[in-house]
Formats: sequence, structure tokens, C-alpha cells
Amino acid sequence: MVERKISIMDSVRRASQSVIAGVDKKDIKHWVEIHIMGKAYKVPADLTIMQAIEYAGYRLIRSCGCRAGFCGACSTVYRKKGEYKLQTAMACQTRVEDGMFLVQIPFSPAEKPLYDIKKLEYEPSVFLKYFPEVARCLSCNTCTKSCPQDLQVMDYVQAALKGDFKAIAEDSFECIQCGLCALRCPAEIVQYHLAQFARRMYGKYGTLRDNNSEKRVREIEKGEFDKEFDRIMNLSADKLKNVYTEQQNTREVY
Amino acid sequence: MGELKFVGGYPVYMRELIKLVEKTRSKRIGKLLPQMKPQERVDILNLCHPDYAPGGKRALRIGPNLGDIVSNEIADLIEAYPIIEPDKIDFSKTDFETDILIIGGGLGGSSAALLANDYGIPTDRILLVNKLRHGDANSMMAQGGTQAADRPNDSPVIHYIDAMGGGHFANKPEVLKALVEDAPGVIKWLEDLGAMFDKNDDGTFVELTGGGTSRRRLHACADYTGLEELRVIRDEFRNRDIPVIEFCPAIELITDEENKVVGAILWNMETEEYKIVKSKATILATGGFGRLHIRGFPTTNHYGATYDGPVMAYRTGARLKDADTVQYHPTGAAYPQQIIGLLLTEKLRTSGAQPLNKNGEEFVFPLEPRDVEAASFIRECYIRNNGITTPTGMKGVWLDTPLIDILNGKGSTEKAFPAMVRMFKRFGIDMIKDPVLVFPTLHYQNGGVETDPKGSTNIKGLFVAGEVSGGVHGKNRLMGNSTLDCMVFGRRAGRYSAEYVKKGVNVGKLGLKHVEKYIRELKSARIKTDRRAPMLLPDYRGKAALARAIDIF
Repeated sequence: MVERKISIMDSVRRASQSVIAGVDKKDIKHWVEIHIMGKAYKVPADLTIMQAIEYAGYRLIRSCGCRAGFCGACSTVYRKKGEYKLQTAMACQTRVEDGMFLVQIPFSPAEKPLYDIKKLEYEPSVFLKYFPEVARCLSCNTCTKSCPQDLQVMDYVQAALKGDFKAIAEDSFECIQCGLCALRCPAEIVQYHLAQFARRMYGKYGTLRDNNSEKRVREIEKGEFDKEFDRIMNLSADKLKNVYTEQQNTREVY
Repeated sequence: MGELKFVGGYPVYMRELIKLVEKTRSKRIGKLLPQMKPQERVDILNLCHPDYAPGGKRALRIGPNLGDIVSNEIADLIEAYPIIEPDKIDFSKTDFETDILIIGGGLGGSSAALLANDYGIPTDRILLVNKLRHGDANSMMAQGGTQAADRPNDSPVIHYIDAMGGGHFANKPEVLKALVEDAPGVIKWLEDLGAMFDKNDDGTFVELTGGGTSRRRLHACADYTGLEELRVIRDEFRNRDIPVIEFCPAIELITDEENKVVGAILWNMETEEYKIVKSKATILATGGFGRLHIRGFPTTNHYGATYDGPVMAYRTGARLKDADTVQYHPTGAAYPQQIIGLLLTEKLRTSGAQPLNKNGEEFVFPLEPRDVEAASFIRECYIRNNGITTPTGMKGVWLDTPLIDILNGKGSTEKAFPAMVRMFKRFGIDMIKDPVLVFPTLHYQNGGVETDPKGSTNIKGLFVAGEVSGGVHGKNRLMGNSTLDCMVFGRRAGRYSAEYVKKGVNVGKLGLKHVEKYIRELKSARIKTDRRAPMLLPDYRGKAALARAIDIF
């Protein structure tokens, strides 16, 4: 019995070994050539840009964060051999392709206006007050084209000019603040800070409040659950287990 | 792999297996297998959960938790020598002096800074330091939601009982009580700061259940919950102009003659120089340990999740709690190769997606507590041999995601799971039409530096918040209690460290006596090793490149 357990864990370990400890050269069937900041490297075709850079021997400090597409640390600009077009990607969420010329953007120097959300008026003029450069938008759509999340960035910048909090908040909701839009913008707008501002304004002033949580906070403050807590926390281990099992049987599913 | 033909992101042989899933789909709608009985749960954990299977753990040979059983990977870091030599550190110059030093800028550390400020510490007397960027943290990747018992048919007591049972009754009662009692207030705080939660037309929150939660109490922001929570809190942090240093992790805590924690040694990862921070209180919010790849598992965690916090705290004499358990999330991606281990939120199952074996059959209730659910996937793949094998040799079970649209209406998957849909689409898979392949992945550090309800530890001046801490979740955390933990105990650590500072702290002479003592203990325990800790970052450089590397600079 014990031996079988060990072998299960060993099999599990073997199955994902290539992900954790790197793939063995003999197991690689397909290769591509990429250029990391101009230097050519042969790397396995199955890797993401980030994994390929590491395979080539780079130990990342910058340009690597969550490794799962949520944090915007690994903004990458690339061009493919023979093409004029500059493209953008998140290195952790994009497969390498033959002939990529790659550079990662370690930092985006963007100015962020400071504000106290509690003291702001929920009215369209706040956009131009805190983000006057929005008025310089040329509608060139470069921001939208550079967004690795495929958001309609230019649309929400235009919505800011109209003072439409809801549209900006919803269109920008999936923004991971990688900074690529701002770096590419000829009007020097910092779209992702603008969007952050709009979302907080909309979240705070533009949506109805939940009353349940407000009510519950007051009930807790008044100590309305203290008695029940005392009872539960003083139960014997066995009794508490029974209470738990009974409670699970009353569960709401979905 | 080029010999394989692909259709819609899957090789043809997997495509054939998907047909079996499609065949049984209509019969499965609305029908679920029953939950396991308590004894069945115990049995399956013992059979094949990585925490229970032998060979993965050993007893600590040193320190306050001497003799406690922990994962080998953790023991390796605890039983490692410091990076620095204590007598070579120059304390004659202090680089930064502050009231509250916060190490780590996820939800825990960032919340702590705001509350310390609210409770009277001026912004320029707070310093937040980060290993990577401010916000590079597991918090940012949290998908499913945050628990708070605020609906009329729910209560903090019901939340408490759920979490106690999920944690195998090992949770510290008074710490767990603090978690559940603060929860509705945390949600309200976020709403006040402008976080955009999923809401119904009348303003009430859309709330769902998670594995092991008996009421609907998960507050979500689509499947970008952690992203939304953290970017709002970080924006507030930035508006208050609180000082931050990035790419400058702590590599050792500093103590005085009374063994109070009075600062930390930072290391600038780019210039490689060290810096001395003197502080009256220190909040450790360094997060988890996924990048240790315990038992060889891939992980959902961010690049910097390397257990630095407990390693440093343990050397000062801080006790660890529940360091023996590891949470494996049942649904990590098992295919395609590029995203193995990445998280597929539990909310997919909450919304109706069922786990299925290679025959397209159900084999487990979809919302068992995470450890039980994960063990059942391992049993299906490695004992019953009913898993699906990928071209690179990974095994997994299907998660029948098309059910979500069928049950909740067309377009609901895209609305509720934009991050998931996007991730699979980037690699050629449409999870609205096709099931996805999953296998357990290393997800969460259940235990850590033992905390009390105020976020303080047994070491004076040292506070903890979030995943680095131990006690609140017992042996297994429930979904939606991690972001909650970060914010509840981030806020508490911020508040109570401020109160500690305001009472007046007499900071003595800065030094590393505790590290010298630790080295002596390592030697007397006859631990001979080249290992150095904290680890700071994993090393994923290719083997071929490493084999010929020369370390010159």
C-alpha cells in the first residue's frame, strides 16, 4: 500500500517535470529561432516568450510577475522578420514564433495625478481636471492596437471626453495596467491611470449600494452574534463536527 | 508534437475523447453525485492527497518548531544558512528610518499601509518594500471572490463553522472569529473605495458558493477579483503618496538587544547593494510558497512566491503554525503545455462546470473542499487510470465548461470568466464550446508564521498579514477566504502596529544576534549544507545554458 502511494507521487512528479525543471533537449522535436534584444537563440517551439527567454539562459528580475496574464509585468514589443509592423504581447501568455525580434519593457514612466476620491464631484469635468491631456487624443487607435488584452482603449478615452464614467469603467474593466497603451500614445495620454480613476469613481458614485453588507456591519458592531459565537466556540470537538456536518447538509448549491 | 494534427486547439485523439463528454452532457445537466461522507473524505485523503502520501515530509531539526513535520522543500529552506554573514554587515549607517516597515505589497501589505495611516501614522513614517513591483503578488491573480457573510440567510457564525470544518477544525478560534466578523466591513470598505463588484440591478452583490461553503457569500469582480481589489487599494495607496521601494526584497530581519524586530536588511536586486532599514514595527506580508514546487507540482503562484517571510521570521524565534499542510487547487490547467499549473477558478464549478473522466463520466461531487476534490482527481488519473493523457505526458480530467452557458444562458461564461476565456483563446481553445483539461496544482500556503487576532506574533515588533501567516485557515483554506485574510489581517496589522508604535517603542541597538544564534544552532544540529535562504526567486534558466554558465559579474 505504502509503496503504491510513493509511486503515485513519483508519477505525478514525472508528468510535470518539463514545466518545473525545464525540458530536456532530447525531448524537443521542434525549434524556432528568436532574437532577444537582437541576439539570436534557438529555442523549443512549444514555449511562451517568457519561457523561451529563460530557456535561452536569462534569469529574469524585471518583466516577470504573475506569469499568468494578470499583472502586466511582462509587456513585450516585437517585430517579425520581414515585417514592418511592431506588435505587442504579454510574454507569459504568448507562444514564441520563428523570427521574432523581442524586447521586454521593464518599466513605464507615467505620471499619475493624486486625488482624494472622497472629495470628488461625480461630474464629467473631473476628467479634464485630472487628465487634461485626454483632450489631445488624435483618435489614431494606436492604444487599442497595442492592448494585449484586446480592450477598446481609444473608445474609452473618447468616452472620457464625453464624461461617460460607466462606459470607461466597463470598457476598461479587464485592464492589467501593463502600460503599453501609454508608451505608444502619440498624445502622451496615460490611458490606464485614466481608466483606474474612472472605475473607482463609477464604483463609488455610479452604482447602487448593497444594503445587506451595511446592515450586517451594524449588527456585528452591536454584538448581535456574540451569544451564538460563545455557544459555538464552547462546543466540544465532537459536537462542533456534528454542527458542521448538519450545516453542510443545508448548503445552497449554485 | 508537429506530427499531431490539431482541431480547435486539441490534438485529434483528444478531440475524439471530447465526443464522449458531449455524448453524456445532456444526461448530466442538473444531476450531481452526492457529497462524500466524512469517512470517505478521510479515506481518499489518506489514499492519494500529496500531503498525506508518504515521502514528502520530514521533521524540523532546529528552531521553535523543532520536531514538527513539514514538507521537505520547506525544511530545506528552514535548515539553510543565511545569505549574509552577520559580522560583515555595517550598522554604522542607517539608510531608512521609519515607524512602520511593510515587507510585501500585495493585498495584505497595501491594506496595512492604509490602515496604519488611518490610525495616525503619517505617510512619510511608513515604508513599503517589494521584491518585485508593488502589486506583484498572488493577490493580483485571485479569481473567484472574497467571502463575507452578509446575506440575510447567512451569518458570521455560519461562515465560521464552514471555515472551521474546511480547515479540519485546526483553525485558531479567536483568529478565525476575527476573520469572519471583519468580512462584511472589508467588503463595505472596498465598495467605499470604489471597487466594482458584480452586482444585481438593485445594487445587491451577486454572490456564489465555493467548495465547502454552505451559503452563497462570494463577492466577485468577474474572474478578476484580486486584480480589481488590489488595483483599487494600490491606487488609494498611491494617492496618499506612501513611500515604496520596488525590486528591493528584505533578506533578513534586524533585532535589538531585547530581540524585538526593529527593521530589516534589504537587497537591491539590480545594484546588489544592501540597505539598512530601522523601524519601530515591521509587518511581514511576503505571501506564499508556490515557487518551491512542493512534491514537483506546477503552481498557480506568482514568480516571487518563495517562502521568504517564514524563513526570516523563524530566525528571530517566531513560531510557525500548520506548516505541515499545502493546498493543491483541484483545477490547474493541464493542457496546453504553455499554461500548465495556471489557475482555473473554483467559480467555474460553482457555476456548473463538472469534472469528468476520460469516458465522459462524473466521478465526484464538484464542490468538495479543495483537498478532497484534488485527491479525487489524482485517484481518477493515477489509481483508476481514467485520466486523459496529453501529448507531453501530463494527465488530467475534463472540466466540462460548456455547461456554464447551458445552465446560465448564452454569453454567461464570457461575462463571468473573461480572464479564463481569454487565456484559453490565446492558445487556440474555446472553453465555451469545448471542455478544458485540469489537474491539481500547488496553490496555497495554508500555514505560516503564527498570528493572533491583532496580526501580531510571539516576537515583539513583528506583525504578519495574509498568506505568510498561519492559524486562521487551519489545515486547509476555503475559497474566498484568502483575499479576505489579506485584507482583514492587513487592516488589523496596520491598525495594531500603529497602536504599538504610538505607545512608544524603545528601539535599541540594531543587530543580527538572532542570526548568529541561528547559525550556531544549525551547526550544533550538524546541518551541513550549501543551501542559502531566503531564496528570493526560482531559477528557470535552461539546462543547456546553465551547464556552460560562468559566474563572472
